[in-house]
Amino acid sequence: MNAKKIDKIAVGFLYAMAGVIVLILFSLLAFILWRGIPQISWEFLTTPSKSFQTGGGIVIQLFNSFYLLILTMLISTPLSLGAAIYLSEYAKKNLLTDFIRTIIEVLSSLPSVVVGLFGFLVFVLQWGLGFSILSGAMALTLFNLPLLTRTIEDSLRAIPLTQREAGLALGLSRWETVNLVILPAALPGILTGMILAAGRIFGEAAALIYTAGQSAPALDFTNWNPLSISSPLNVMRPA
Amino acid sequence: MEDSQKKLAEHSGKSRLEKIGKTISFLCIAFIVFVVLSILYFVASKGIATFTKDGVSLIDFLTGKIWNPGSIGENGKPLTGALPMIAGSFIVTLLAAAVATPFAIGAAIFMTEISPTVGKKILQPVIELLVGIPSVVYGFIGLSVVVPFMRNTFGGSGFGIISAAIVLFVMILPTVTSMSVDTLKSVPRYYREASLALGATRWQTIYKVVLRSATPGLLTAVVFGMARAFGEALAVQMVIGNAALMPTNLITPASTLTSILTMNMGNTVMGTLENNVLWSLALILLVMALFFNILTRWIGKKGAMN
Amino acid sequence: MKFNRYNKLAIAFISTIFLAACSPLEGEESITAVGSSALQPLVEAAGEQYGSENFGKFINVQGGGSGTGLGQIAADAVDIGNSDIFAEEKSGIDASKLVDHRVAVVGITPIVTPEVGVTDISLENLSKIFTGEITNWKELGGKNLPITVLNRSSGSGTRATFDRWVLTEGSKSIVTQEQESSGTVRQIVASTPGTISYVAFSYVDDTVKALSIDGVKPTDKNVKKNKWIIWSYEHMYTNGEPVGLTKDFLDYILSDEVQNTLIGALGYIPTNQMEFERDAKGMTTEVLKKTEQKSD
Repeated sequence: MNAKKIDKIAVGFLYAMAGVIVLILFSLLAFILWRGIPQISWEFLTTPSKSFQTGGGIVIQLFNSFYLLILTMLISTPLSLGAAIYLSEYAKKNLLTDFIRTIIEVLSSLPSVVVGLFGFLVFVLQWGLGFSILSGAMALTLFNLPLLTRTIEDSLRAIPLTQREAGLALGLSRWETVNLVILPAALPGILTGMILAAGRIFGEAAALIYTAGQSAPALDFTNWNPLSISSPLNVMRPA
Repeated sequence: MEDSQKKLAEHSGKSRLEKIGKTISFLCIAFIVFVVLSILYFVASKGIATFTKDGVSLIDFLTGKIWNPGSIGENGKPLTGALPMIAGSFIVTLLAAAVATPFAIGAAIFMTEISPTVGKKILQPVIELLVGIPSVVYGFIGLSVVVPFMRNTFGGSGFGIISAAIVLFVMILPTVTSMSVDTLKSVPRYYREASLALGATRWQTIYKVVLRSATPGLLTAVVFGMARAFGEALAVQMVIGNAALMPTNLITPASTLTSILTMNMGNTVMGTLENNVLWSLALILLVMALFFNILTRWIGKKGAMN
Repeated sequence: MKFNRYNKLAIAFISTIFLAACSPLEGEESITAVGSSALQPLVEAAGEQYGSENFGKFINVQGGGSGTGLGQIAADAVDIGNSDIFAEEKSGIDASKLVDHRVAVVGITPIVTPEVGVTDISLENLSKIFTGEITNWKELGGKNLPITVLNRSSGSGTRATFDRWVLTEGSKSIVTQEQESSGTVRQIVASTPGTISYVAFSYVDDTVKALSIDGVKPTDKNVKKNKWIIWSYEHMYTNGEPVGLTKDFLDYILSDEVQNTLIGALGYIPTNQMEFERDAKGMTTEVLKKTEQKSD
């Protein structure tokens, strides 16, 4: 009897807690939408911004965000794919592997200012890339690598061992097994990981201030020559 | 005879491919490790310069209570006491984690044990959405909602540790919750079945079986949340008030390592003491990140042994 | 080897981008100006106008703070270093090689929450507030309301100027709340009763009240006549005498066209309208008549 009462109370308590959380989360979302939606219009999304007048839109910023995102993914996906394959298929369970994992996780918990300044000093100044989309994309890659590596590794590991064994039994080499059997099977998981990582990149600010810069030059959307500064495709322009 | 011997001794095309594949994947990981090590080296070399080049003693730095690197104190050394920021960071982080933990675990239990359908349909998408919201937005909400609320409730300016802790609580809640959900989900189903079969109530099963076996994972989730709170800069900077004072209570302005770091980095010149000492703060952050990491690893190992 | 084909494509794409990056188009030129966030909107706006008038010339303007601007220009890593303060005032900067271009003057005024009941304050009392000797508005004839002091972060140009001209010799501001940007400062002052802080003239709006000091109102006119003493230059430093596009752009900013239109429109005071000038040590002298005639 007593145990049942406790059960009822506890479950009620859990309902209340979940309710509070739902309330917090929804009011957060509602607040963001309430402050943001009235400002968003088609003009806002498609006109260039004006730095010394109110008004203007965010078309350049929007384009730059997506461009940065794509570049970052292009740089970081092959890298973390390779790293994840190594970690899940080849790495032995030893101190070195442990060390590598720790290192990667430390990278993910670094404050973004630190990574941003590192990018500023190395990419922007040392390598002479200047404030540019490319510098920004590389700084973002630093953020992205640990998260992406981890999620890809997880989705690779989720593939049952039997599939690997089957591949090996058919006379495929380990590398072929990974490429032809494991990767296609893990693709949905990898894609989810990439989308999650993309979400994180999209919201990153501090690191970009120091690497991609803060002012976007006027873009000429008809100029598709990636060598011209006003072309949207140029990776060396600031964003 | 010789031909076939040679053929057997020689590496096949496949094994060469295998080698190449292994090398490529190893190079990727080596590159990542190299990058991280160079970041570590970079921060450490700058951070340590405060002590080697500028002659600040480590003890003064860690225990001094006055922060004003631009001016010289009574003992003829720069005022680089980082204790107020260190204390601020720790208090804010611990508070946020202390509030977030019961909520996150409660929500996770609700989502996995009590009402999986509601959890999956409503809570999960909302939580995943919130993980991706940039911290500036949280800071802005803190500034326009939490700070005025604190001011009206407790008086003062409203800026302070408690406001920062609340903002961080909301920020880490989605992360900790979703990690806790994953942990609870990985508790084998037959544990629950065995417990229920023995006549235990749902709550007894949750409390005595599911939570017990999920403890290491839950701890990892909390520590992960703390690591995120510790390293968060923008949102905290907007609501904590940024006064480099020893925190005496929860409602007066204080500061954290990250808030001072972000605020002053651009105003100092590379290579000067003012700048180096900021890198020393970054070094503390890094050491803490390392510590949190080793902690989660250690918890994970302990859990695996049981 | 499906996977490898994709890899090759990706590698090919990335390498094109990298190659493209190395060779800017003929006839296009760009310079980079880094530093002070207070000066950033002005340089950005001027750069935008300049870019639209001179096809193929681009001015990249980045923030980062005065310290970054001075540090980078001293290291010759950028073309122009923007700063709110004299290079000589910043420790760790070798100012001897830097050439100063004073593009504008900015006046700084104390602001308070409207309901404190004080509109005028003596310079001495203002100093006492920031050094913690006066802690309630009642002591200045206002409401019985504790004073909350809000500073800009130490090292910011606005803070340096305010401390230099308001605080009495040798005294220091109390350790108190700090904020990084003028916009945040204004928002906090507007919403927190009894708060005092300071911002550039252009940031003053209806939500906050600008105090007059010893009966002098914070206006451009008073700054030009040096009656309002809390003002500073906005500097654009070059490493050595400017050449090429850098020189053209600086000339453009200093031209009457920009000085008389854009600078005023953005809330700055054109340098050529000042009747006084200052050097790095804070010595203020009256400008000779002939420059005044020139500006007419």
